[in-house]
Amino acid sequence: MKPAEFDYVRPETVEDAVKALVAGNGQARIIAGGQSLVPMLNLRLMPVSQLVDVARIPALRAVTETETDISFGAGIRHAEFEDGSVPDPAHGLMRRVASRIAYRAIRNRGTIGGSAALADPSADWVPLLIALDARFRIEGPNGMRECSGPAMFHGPYTTALGESDILTSISIRRLSAKARTGFEKIIRKAGEYPMVVACAVRDEALAISRVVLGAANRPQIVLEHLSYWLADPKGGPESALHADLEQAGRTGDAYELALAKAALLRAIGQVTLA
Amino acid sequence: MKLDISINGVARSLEVAPRTSLADLLRSPEVRCPSVHLGCEHGVCGACTVLIDGRMARSCIALAVSLDGSEVTTLEGLESDPMTLSLKASFHRNHGLQCGFCTPAMLIAARETLQSNPGRNADDIRLAMSGNLCRCTGYAGIVEAILDVARGEPGTEMGAST
Repeated sequence: MKPAEFDYVRPETVEDAVKALVAGNGQARIIAGGQSLVPMLNLRLMPVSQLVDVARIPALRAVTETETDISFGAGIRHAEFEDGSVPDPAHGLMRRVASRIAYRAIRNRGTIGGSAALADPSADWVPLLIALDARFRIEGPNGMRECSGPAMFHGPYTTALGESDILTSISIRRLSAKARTGFEKIIRKAGEYPMVVACAVRDEALAISRVVLGAANRPQIVLEHLSYWLADPKGGPESALHADLEQAGRTGDAYELALAKAALLRAIGQVTLA
Repeated sequence: MKLDISINGVARSLEVAPRTSLADLLRSPEVRCPSVHLGCEHGVCGACTVLIDGRMARSCIALAVSLDGSEVTTLEGLESDPMTLSLKASFHRNHGLQCGFCTPAMLIAARETLQSNPGRNADDIRLAMSGNLCRCTGYAGIVEAILDVARGEPGTEMGAST
């Protein structure tokens, strides 16, 4: 359980970090909190010739607030959301979700940007960020660009990030006072990777109505029919739910289907509860 | 690489390879903090939990080089910490340990758990301590020991300084 040898650099700016990644020629990796990466290095699951430590770059630790949005530097740690050290554009939902990511010892080090950039299929943040319609700011050798959740997350461990790109911040609109949110994960042991994650957000003022499912080893999916139903919940959600899961090919395994349904119904139940 | 780090209040200037974990550094002959135990070495068992800048973290998945300028505290550095003394006495009284392998990290995790929210009940404590594995006790004694300190049971006074 010891990693193979690698070099280590700690650039002071995003620009220098991008340069280090370019110089690394595909063999350099970004490290922030290291709570997923270092276990993978210890298990020698990933070849790395150089680590580029971005955890202390000031731009990645900044929180910028406007009247309508809050932008979180990618290096904000889970515990900072949990402790309310940073503002919550989703009226407590981000805080609630952060407080149940893995264990406190992990939350004290792990970062929201690291979680998004890794895109572990079981990540808590990923379905939440998609449901909140977050915008992802990426800096790379060709400058800065922005993308939405569906454009950012391509599948398990696969994102819009190229090998010399850095996710620098995640911007989230402030939900209106009438917004309602739901989050549910099913987990066999407290702190373990969840078997299924469901997140639902309904905010009429921002025109958000979105239900997202995340689950181990499968891509996160936006449930289009159920999202549409959530905007105007007439009748039961079951047929919309079933149509989405069928479309995504998630009805084959009775156990997985039962888990997904249970989590989704609980999450939307938190939204529709009078 | 050169690393300047404070370990249990003592400023150290050390030479480490980039792949050296904080846990291996703390257990090295130069540093000698034998309370830091290595179980799984990939962030699952919690036995290597220490404080980095006052917050608990797993030292097996923290790279020493990334902690230049940080303050690290192990159980050796908490010998006169009132909360730790109360927890030690309570673990003893409540059979919160058997072989002792998980105990230093249990004490560190329990300390942060109670400091962040002293009014925790048994369920909160089980949840907060779920990142630390114990293969001997079945946890009941550990939870009871922490609850005793949370309740301020006789013999668990934390002293005026906390």
